[in-house]
Amino acid sequence: MQITVNGEAREVNAELTVEELLLQLGIKAERVAVEVNLEVVRRERRSERRLAPGDAVEIVSFVGGGAGW
Amino acid sequence: MVDPSVPDAFTIGQKTYRSRLIIGTGKYKDLAQTRAAIERSGAEIVTVALRRVSLSGEDSILQAIPAGVALLPNTAGCYTAEEAVRTARLAREAGLTEFVKLEVIGDQRTLFPDVEETLKATKILVAEGFTVLPYTTDDPIAARKLEDLGAAAVMPLAAPIGSGLGIRNPYNLRIILESAKVPVIVDAGVGTASDAAFAMELGCQAVLMNTGIAGARDPLMMAEAMRDGVRAGRLAFLAGRMPKRLYASASSPLEGMIASPGG
Repeated sequence: MQITVNGEAREVNAELTVEELLLQLGIKAERVAVEVNLEVVRRERRSERRLAPGDAVEIVSFVGGGAGW
Repeated sequence: MVDPSVPDAFTIGQKTYRSRLIIGTGKYKDLAQTRAAIERSGAEIVTVALRRVSLSGEDSILQAIPAGVALLPNTAGCYTAEEAVRTARLAREAGLTEFVKLEVIGDQRTLFPDVEETLKATKILVAEGFTVLPYTTDDPIAARKLEDLGAAAVMPLAAPIGSGLGIRNPYNLRIILESAKVPVIVDAGVGTASDAAFAMELGCQAVLMNTGIAGARDPLMMAEAMRDGVRAGRLAFLAGRMPKRLYASASSPLEGMIASPGG
């Protein structure tokens, strides 16, 4: 199925969970936040939250910054 | 890091700090310099921005933050309340902290706050349990409205972000300080240590800066200068300055001169 991750289209297995997606992408899961279709998926729910075709996933983390970027 | 026996501790939300300098983590040469600047500034709170992860897996800013230093995620780069709220929710999930430096910008050229959107976002985030530290203009009415909505502090700008112009309107800051019951933190515009000292002398509870340190020729030395500037200004505020006089007033005794004046 096709989803978008950080704005880019991606082909993934059907019913993939958020946790599995992070694992596939090789993202260290501790200090990232994940949003699916504008809703934050809490870390304790990542293993149960399954993705559906067309889902828009955002994965964010902290970067250096003060203001105005 | 928090020591309840410290005199004149700085309290924000439920937490207390010794340092009254909060610094941003952007614009440094690399993570090593970021870390060294934080250490040398003595800051116990640092602000960080939130961005999409790079799938190539670069080093995290969190590696540059010394243990015991608190994270203050910011919504830098947001132009609407909606974007800022969304960013704050993600920041809470990523950083496991309720603190947020709320920033809703109105215009790319000035980076001035959009007060209307900031008020909207403050209301929503306070209701969701965030400790909201909003970046705002030096408008006393805006500051009062933010406080009324439950902001944990108000953070008026001294001058535009990254401008280094210093405290452009100390009179407005004084008016804000007169009535604020939450900490007033000068956020943006501080260019050198005397600016930081001046903000603290006015009675601000803390100063937040990024470019003032990162943009110096020697950022690490400036980090130390800012640490001392904030501390000096705070002490001067607490000490209470002498009154200004038009004429001289001798500070040595007039008695016992070897020749009497005029004789």
